[in-house]
Amino acid sequence: MASSRKTSRAPILAADGTPLKQALHRSQRAERRRAFALVAPLLFFLLIVFVVPILAMIWRSVYNPEIRGYLPQTAAALQEWDGEDVPPEPVFQAMAADMIVGIENRTIGRAAARINREIPGARSTVMRTARKVDGWSAPYREKFLDADGDWANLELWHILKRESRLLTPTYYLLAVDYEYNSKGEIAPRPEIYQVYTGLFFRTAWMSILITLICVVLAYPISYMLATQPTRIANLLLILVLLPFWTSLLVRTSAWIVLLQQQGVINELLVAVGVIGDDGRLRMIYNRTGTIVAMTHILLPFMVLPLYSVMKTIPPSYLRAAKSLGAHPFRAWWRVYFPLTVPGLAAGCILVFILAIGYYITPALVGGDSGIFISNLIAQNMQGSSAQLKLAAALATILLVAVLIVYWVFNKLVGVDRLKFG
Amino acid sequence: MKRVLILTGTVAAIAFGGAIAQDKQLTIVSWGGAYSKSQIEAYHKPYTEKTGVEILNEDKSANALAGIRAQVEAGNVTWDVVDMLQADAQRACDEGLVMEVPHDEWLKAAPDGTPASKDFIEGTLGPCFIPQILYATMFAYNTEAFPDGGPQTVVDVWDVEKFPGTRALQQIPQKNLEWALLADGVETDKVYEVLATEEGQDRAFAKLDEIKDNVIWWSEGAQPPQMLADKEAVIATAYNGRIFNAQVNEDQPFEIMWDHQMFETDGWVVPVDTGNLDTIKDYLAFATDTQRLADQAKYISYGPARKSSAPLVGMLEGTDIDMKPHMPTNPKNLETAIPFDVQFWADYGDALEERFNAWVAG
Repeated sequence: MASSRKTSRAPILAADGTPLKQALHRSQRAERRRAFALVAPLLFFLLIVFVVPILAMIWRSVYNPEIRGYLPQTAAALQEWDGEDVPPEPVFQAMAADMIVGIENRTIGRAAARINREIPGARSTVMRTARKVDGWSAPYREKFLDADGDWANLELWHILKRESRLLTPTYYLLAVDYEYNSKGEIAPRPEIYQVYTGLFFRTAWMSILITLICVVLAYPISYMLATQPTRIANLLLILVLLPFWTSLLVRTSAWIVLLQQQGVINELLVAVGVIGDDGRLRMIYNRTGTIVAMTHILLPFMVLPLYSVMKTIPPSYLRAAKSLGAHPFRAWWRVYFPLTVPGLAAGCILVFILAIGYYITPALVGGDSGIFISNLIAQNMQGSSAQLKLAAALATILLVAVLIVYWVFNKLVGVDRLKFG
Repeated sequence: MKRVLILTGTVAAIAFGGAIAQDKQLTIVSWGGAYSKSQIEAYHKPYTEKTGVEILNEDKSANALAGIRAQVEAGNVTWDVVDMLQADAQRACDEGLVMEVPHDEWLKAAPDGTPASKDFIEGTLGPCFIPQILYATMFAYNTEAFPDGGPQTVVDVWDVEKFPGTRALQQIPQKNLEWALLADGVETDKVYEVLATEEGQDRAFAKLDEIKDNVIWWSEGAQPPQMLADKEAVIATAYNGRIFNAQVNEDQPFEIMWDHQMFETDGWVVPVDTGNLDTIKDYLAFATDTQRLADQAKYISYGPARKSSAPLVGMLEGTDIDMKPHMPTNPKNLETAIPFDVQFWADYGDALEERFNAWVAG
C-alpha cells in the first residue's frame, strides 16, 4: 500500500499487467450480472404491471383518433373550411364517402359516439344519415341538409374540425369542469355539469381530516403500546392488528351494520330513549359514514409507524427532562414529540396517500355526499356510456396531485427520515 | 395504444382461464345470480345434455360493452355469446363490435310456423340483437312501513308527507328522470319528447330535487331488496325479478307497484371474430326457441320475448305459484307501462349521465 501511494500517478496494475480497475471491473461483471438476474424478474414485473399501464393511461387520456381515423376524408376536407358558413359541397362529398366506408366496416358508430360526446343527439343524426347515404349521388350538400337539420349546425362542423387532431386536451378540460364553448374558446362548463373540481377538493379535505383524526387517535394508543409491559403491549398490538388483517369489505360492512338507521347504534339509542323512533340518526351513506369507516380502516397505518418509533425512545429521556425541572408537557413537547416526528410523518403520508385514492369504502358507505374522486373515476369506467378517456384524465390528475404532495412532503420532512416501522 | 390493447388482452386471457374457443365449448357471459341460474337451468343444462358442448359461464354482463370493446380492439375475442341490454347491444352494433344476426335464418320459427322475426314482441329485435326476456324496473315497497296501504302511483312516491320514509333509487339518470316527469304531470307518451328538451331536463331534475333529501342510492340489483328488508328504505326502485325472489323465497312483506313500470329487453349478442360460429348458431337456435324461453320463466319472473312462449309459462319450479301474474308482460301489469326508449338514451345518455352525476354529488 505504501508503495502504491507513492506511485499514485501511474495506474495500479494487476498481476497480469492490465490496470487494476479494469481487472476488477471484469472479475465483478459476472457477479453484477447474476445480481441483476435476481432483480430482473421484479423489475420486469414492475415495468409490465406498473409503469406500462400508467404510461398507457396517460396516453389514453389525450389520444383522440376517432374523427381522424373513421372520418379521414372529412377531416382533411374541413381543413380548408373557413368556419363562417355551412361547409361547401366537397366536405359533404367527403363525409358521404367516409360514411359509406364506415357503414361497410361498421365503424361509423365509433365516430358517431365521439361526436355525441360533444353534442347530445348527434349520434342519431350521423347514424340515420349514414344508413341513407349509399343511395344518394352528388351533389350531397342539399341531401344532407334535407335529411336532417342538424347538418346545418355550425357547431357540429366546428367540433369535427377541432377534434380531427390526434391529441386533444378535451378530456383534461372536462376533468377540471371546463370545455370548449360554441365559439371554440375554453370556458367553464355550465354549473349543472360541474362536479370534478369540487370532488377533487372534497377528496383532499376529507383525506386531510381523516389523517388528522388518525393522528389524534393513534398517538395515545401508540404511546400506550410502547410504554406498557411487553405482555400487555402485545395484547394491545393484536387488538390493533386484528382488524388490520380482516378483509376491508368485512370491516366496511360491519360499519354498515353498526351505523345504519335500523343498525346497532340507532337501536341502542332508541332503546335507551336518547332519541325517538322517528329521530334516528343518519350516520351512514353520507360524509360521516365515509369518515368513520375510513378512519377505522386506516388507523393501523398510523399506529404501526408511530409505535415502532416510540419503541426506540428510551424512557430515561423524559425522566431526565423532568428531573431537570421541565413541566411534563414541556418535557413531552420538547423532548419526546420531536423524536416521534419521523414516525408521525410516515404515518401521515401513508394514511393521506391511501385515503386520497380510496374507492371501495366511500362507494359502499359514502352515499352521495361522501364519495371521493376515485368513485367518479370508476363510474366513468363502467356501464354503457363509459368514458375511459375522461377516467384516464381524472386518474392522471390524481396521480400528479399525489406526486406533488409527496414532493412537498419530501421538501418539508425529508423522505429519508421517515420510519415506516 | 397497441401495447395497451395487447396488455389488456393478455390480462383478459389470463383472467378467463385461457378459455380458448373450442368446438365443444362455449363461453357465455351473463349477469350472474338468480338470472344466470335461470339460464343454466332452462338453456345450458338441456343443451349440454343434447350436444355434449360444455358451457362456461362468466358473470360480466354489467360491463359487457366495455369488455367487448376491449376484446375486439385487442383482436382477442374470448366471449362467444354475451347477454346484454338492448340499448348496449344497439351501441355495440353501431360500433361494429357484434355480428349482425339474420333472425329468420339463425332462429327457429314458432311451433305454428310464424317466422322468428314476427314471433318476437314488436320493437325488441335489433339488427345484432336476439331478445330473451322483458324485465321491468318499477317501485316496490315494504308493506310493514305502510299499515294503511302503500303508494299506488308514481305521484304517491313523490308525496313524502303521506308516505314518509327513505326512497332507494338506482344511481343512474335512466328511468328516474322519466318517473320524475310523470310525477310532475307529464303524459306517458310525451315523456321522452319532453326529456329531449333542456326545459324538460331542468323540470325532471327539479322534481328529483324535491325528494333528494329522502333518497339513498343503489347500484347493484341485489341492493334494493336488502334495503327494503332492513327498512333502510321504505320504497325502492328495483328489478321485478329481484322483488319476486324476495317475496317468494325469503317471504319478505314486499309489494310491487306496477304503476308506470318501465320495461326493457335483455338478450344475446355475438361478438365479431369469435371462433366457433357453427356451435354458437346451434346454441342460439336452441336457447331462443319457444319452449326454452317459456322454461326460463319457471325460474325467474321475467317475461319471455316470444309471443308464442307466453301461453306456455307455467308454475315456479317446485311450487304451485303461477308465474303469469308476476310477469312484466302480464296485461294487467302493462296497463300504464312505459317502454324504455333505447334510442333516446343512446343519444342523450352521455350528457344526462354527466349532469346526473354532478347533481348527485352536488
